[in-house]
Amino acid sequence: MAGKTLYDKLWDDHVVFSEDDGSSLIYIDRQLVHEVTSPQAFEGLRLAGRQLWRTARNLAVADHNVPTTDRDQGIADPVSRLQVETLDSNCEEFGITEFDMADVRQGIVHVVGPEQGATLPGMTVVCGDSHTSTHGASAALAFGIGTSEVEHALATQCLTQKKSKNLLIKVNGAVKDGVTAKDIVLAIIGEIGTAGGTGYAIEFAGEAISDLSMEGRMTVCNMAIEAGARTGLIAVDDKTIDYYRDRPFSPRGEHWLLAVDYWQTLHSDADASFDKVVELEAADIKPQVTWGTSPEMVVAVDQTVPNPADEADAVKQQSMQRALEYMDLQAGEKITDIKVDKVFIGSCTNSRIEDLRQAAVVAKGKQVAGNVKQALVVPGSGLVKEQAEQEGLDQVFIKAGFEWREPGCSMCLAMNADRLEEGERCASTSNRNFEGRQGYGGRTHLVSPAMAAGAAIAGHFVDIAERGTI
Amino acid sequence: MKAFTQLQSLVMPLDRANVDTDAIIPKQFLKSIRRAGFGPYLFDEWRYLDRGEPEMDCSGRPLNMEFVLNQPQYQGAEILLTRENFGCGSSREHAPWALEDHGFRAIIAPSFADIFFNNCFKNGILPIVLDADVVDGLFSEVENGYQLSIDLDSQTVKTPSGKSIHFAVDETRKFRLMNGLDDIALTLQRADNIKAYESERAKRAPWLFAE
Ligand code: SF4
Repeated sequence: MAGKTLYDKLWDDHVVFSEDDGSSLIYIDRQLVHEVTSPQAFEGLRLAGRQLWRTARNLAVADHNVPTTDRDQGIADPVSRLQVETLDSNCEEFGITEFDMADVRQGIVHVVGPEQGATLPGMTVVCGDSHTSTHGASAALAFGIGTSEVEHALATQCLTQKKSKNLLIKVNGAVKDGVTAKDIVLAIIGEIGTAGGTGYAIEFAGEAISDLSMEGRMTVCNMAIEAGARTGLIAVDDKTIDYYRDRPFSPRGEHWLLAVDYWQTLHSDADASFDKVVELEAADIKPQVTWGTSPEMVVAVDQTVPNPADEADAVKQQSMQRALEYMDLQAGEKITDIKVDKVFIGSCTNSRIEDLRQAAVVAKGKQVAGNVKQALVVPGSGLVKEQAEQEGLDQVFIKAGFEWREPGCSMCLAMNADRLEEGERCASTSNRNFEGRQGYGGRTHLVSPAMAAGAAIAGHFVDIAERGTI
Repeated sequence: MKAFTQLQSLVMPLDRANVDTDAIIPKQFLKSIRRAGFGPYLFDEWRYLDRGEPEMDCSGRPLNMEFVLNQPQYQGAEILLTRENFGCGSSREHAPWALEDHGFRAIIAPSFADIFFNNCFKNGILPIVLDADVVDGLFSEVENGYQLSIDLDSQTVKTPSGKSIHFAVDETRKFRLMNGLDDIALTLQRADNIKAYESERAKRAPWLFAE
C-alpha cells in the first residue's frame, strides 16, 4: 500500500463520518475565536437555543479592533468597542476562556495559539480567519472558516469538509544570509500565483524549510492562504517538539510522552504520493518586495517594476495595469528607488520574537529616515512584547525612531486607529497588499521584517542581503 | 437559509479576475455585530466616489457610474458573471452576506476561492464554475436585458439562444441548498457518531481530553 502524506494522516485521524459524495464530517480539536467573525455565530446559537459541544476546546482573544496605544483608556471608536465588548459578553455567557485586552497573554490569535500550546501538532484547528493556516507549521491541520462554520464548530465540534488534494512545495538547499521565511514564501507565491494552491493542502518541505525556526515556519504557513491553499503544513521534527515543551496548554507528564510518540509520526511517508510537486532552489531566492495589489505581484529587491506589455495573458495584463495605477508606479522603475511614507512591522505573519530580533539587528544604532512619517513595531502578543523588552529590543527601536506599540492586528488591516492615509506608501511585514487593505487608498509593499526595518532607515527599499547599502 | 431551486434573472458582468473579499466588502464594515444590512456597502470602494463608513446612510452618496453595479441596464440582476478566483482573500462571511443582501443569488465564474465558495452555499448563493472559454462566451453575449436561467435540480444554465450548459455541484451541497436546510441540525443528527469518535479518540490521544 502506498504511503500517506502528512495531510492524509491528519485527515484520516479526524474523520467522524464519511458521506457518499466524498465529503466528511471532520472532528475539530481546537477553535480559536476573535471578535470580528464570531458575534453572528453566538447570535445564531442563542436564537436556536443551542449549547457548545465542548466548551474547553474554544479559546478567545480580541485582536483585530484593539488599540495599540493607551490601552487603559479603552477603545475610542464605539463600533469597535461594541464588537470587543460583544466578544467579552459572549465568552462569559458561554463559559469560553478569553484573554481580554488587559491580559498579558492577549495578542493576535495566530500568535497566541501556538505560544500558549493551545494549538498542538496533530490537532485540527479552525478559526474564523483565513490565516489559521499559520498553525500548520506544527503539523496541525488548520484552516480558516466562515462565520456559519464558526457556529457549526461551536455547536457540534465538527465541520463538513471535502478533502483537498496534496501539493508538495520543496525548497531545496539553504538560503543566503539576509533571506528569511517571508522571502521564501513570497517567492513561492510569485512562482505559483495566488490561486496556485487552490483546492490543495500545501506541505512545505526541503532543507530551507527545515532550517527555519518554528517562528519562521509559521510565517511560511501563514501565507499558504495567499497562494490559495486553506492549509499549509510542515512535518514535525525536534524543533517542533522542543517548541511545545512546557507551554501552558501543552500536555504534561505521561500525556506529554504519549503525545510526543504520536507527534513523531506526523510527517509524510517516504513513498507517499502528491498530486502536484513544485520545487524551488533556495539559493536563487533574494529578498522580496511586492509591487502590486496581489501577493503574487512580487519581485526580488534588485529588480524593476515589471511591464504589463510583457505579459501575454490579457486578463493578467489588465490587472497589472490596474495595479500599477493604484500603486502609482511606472514599469521599469527600480524597486530600490521606491520611497516609503510609513513602515509597519507586525501582523500574524511577522510579529513573533524572531521577527522583532531580525528587524532590530537592522535598526540598531540607526535612525528612521526623515521622509518616513511613521514606523510602527507592533508585537504579536503581550508575551512577545515582554520578551522583546527583556532583550532590550524595544529600546533599539525607540532610539532609532520607531514607535513601540501594544499587541494586536493593528495596521495589517487597519480596523483600529493605525492606518495609511490616502496615497501613502508602506513597507509592511503583513500578508496582504490588496487595494485599501491598510487604509483607504493606501499602498502596501509586502516585505520581511529586516527589509521593512531597512526601508525605514533608508527611506526607500534596500537590499538587506547586501548590508553595505544601509 | 433561503432555498435555491430555479432562477431566471438579468446578468451583471464584472469583468475582473481575482476580485478579493476586501473589494466585495471593505473591512470597516466588518465591525458590525449583525448579519443583515451589508447590501448597500457591497463593492463599496468601487461603487461610490467617497469613502464608506459603517452605519452610513448610502442614499445620498456620490456614485461611480463607471462601475457596472450602478449602471441602469443591470439593476435588479441576481446573477453575477465574473472572472477567475472570485472571492479570494479573507474568510469573512460578510462577503456572501453583502452579495445576498444586495440580491445576488448565483455567481458564475471559471473558479472561486475555496473559503468563499463554501460560504456561498451556507447563505443560499449558488456559485457556478464553468470553463473559462464558456465564461468568455457569456461575457461576449451579455447585452441590454440579457438573462440566464439556472436550474439547480438539472444543474443547467440556459442562455437566451436556448443553449444549455451543464455545471457540476456536490450532491450534499445541492440537497442542502435546494431544501434550505440548516447544517447544524443535520450534523446534530450524527451526535452518536461524534460521541463514538470522541471516546475512541480519547484512547489514542488522552491529552486532548484531559479537560
Ligand atoms: S494580523 Fe492581519 S492577517 Fe493576521 S489575523 Fe490580524 S488582521 Fe488577519
